[in-house]
Amino acid sequence: MSGAGRAPAGGWRTATVAGVRRPLARSVQLRLDVPDRVDHLPGQHYVVRLTAADGYTAQRSYSVASAPDDPLVELWIERLDDGEVSTYLADVVEPGDVLDVRGPIGGWFVWEGDEPALLIGGGSGVVPLVAMVRHARAIGAGDLLRIAVSTRTLAELPYAAELVAAGALVGTTREAYGIRPAARLTAMDLLPLWEPGQTSYVCGSTPFAEAASQLLVGMGVPPASIRVERFGASGEPVPPI
Amino acid sequence: MAGPTRGFLGRSRAPRDPRLPPGQYDAGADWPVLTAEPTPRITPETWSVSVDGEVANPTTWTWDEAHELPGAEYRGDIHCVTTWSKFDTHFSGISVDSLLEAARPTAEGRFVMATSKTGYTTNLPLEDVTGGKAWLVWEYDGKPLPVEHGGPVRMLVPHLYFWKSAKWISKLTLLKRDQPGFWEQNGYHDRGDPWRQQRYQGD
Repeated sequence: MSGAGRAPAGGWRTATVAGVRRPLARSVQLRLDVPDRVDHLPGQHYVVRLTAADGYTAQRSYSVASAPDDPLVELWIERLDDGEVSTYLADVVEPGDVLDVRGPIGGWFVWEGDEPALLIGGGSGVVPLVAMVRHARAIGAGDLLRIAVSTRTLAELPYAAELVAAGALVGTTREAYGIRPAARLTAMDLLPLWEPGQTSYVCGSTPFAEAASQLLVGMGVPPASIRVERFGASGEPVPPI
Repeated sequence: MAGPTRGFLGRSRAPRDPRLPPGQYDAGADWPVLTAEPTPRITPETWSVSVDGEVANPTTWTWDEAHELPGAEYRGDIHCVTTWSKFDTHFSGISVDSLLEAARPTAEGRFVMATSKTGYTTNLPLEDVTGGKAWLVWEYDGKPLPVEHGGPVRMLVPHLYFWKSAKWISKLTLLKRDQPGFWEQNGYHDRGDPWRQQRYQGD
């Protein structure tokens, strides 16, 4: 694991909510107009900070789903029942609201579009991978990506149609999907997707990320080529150590 | 900044614990695992730690040799930049001071780069790891430190955000000049004081 490099980083901005969609239960897709925006790399995240009338603040980080060439920044937020920030964003935010945001942040879990990559996402862990898929589509680099995602059911998978259209192998753990029975991802699923020279990007809950990265290591994938982003207890995809 | 966020009330904050730095929340019994790489498999038999760079006496300790150094423990709180804090933790191991006493930093060795078995790095000023402020630990709550939390041995620098407490520690290198470590190259702050909210570069 070496240091990657100085990825783009932006300061605090006052973003305007341009669009709010709730395509799935218990989550929300926010489209933000960020003034004086620093373009992100696919895989980076933003911090959203909420301020109460008495000055109390709460902030959490969310992965960007949009490609860098999108004029808006799209965040996908999974609603956690005890989530102080995610419940507000999922239940209260309307178009026209303003939000303090900071980003882009993070320079390790990024794909710049110029090297082969294996993307493995679990549940809402697919969000930063969607930014990579969209970027690949924008620059005509879709051939560089191999994708496997895991979800309870297809109906619960964020961006399911886009991921399927990009050729993602979809592992469903609570229902059969196509010829595949309900099961977690296995080495049998991942082996056909792996090629020497790939960088692997694994994102999901801590148990998912641990299991998927150990599957790769067990397949002989060099650990130094595996980049992992785990969701903490707070549900946010920001992974210092 | 935009001022108050429309309709945001926030959690009740009457009983905010004074041990909680700004922008943090109490994770309670949870201890989230946040790592940017696959968890390595390291056994005590194959683990060692070295102190090198700007030192008079570069030294390597095996597991048994490290255990012969005076024992030291930490009881207190830890703070992660992802906004969780955990109160009343208890770690045991050795003080980084014990390693530095043996390796003897030169007058020019002012900074430390901590390196993990995985290649993860994080940079610290020497004064943040001396004077009883930093440990190498192998026990949590009296039990062996789990591998997902950095076992068999991790660094512990609890007065800074927890990414400074490198898991799977294998080397401390004394440097004349500060160099950014892994997260520090990737947008995070060079020092990381939770009480000053030094989360990202520029804070």
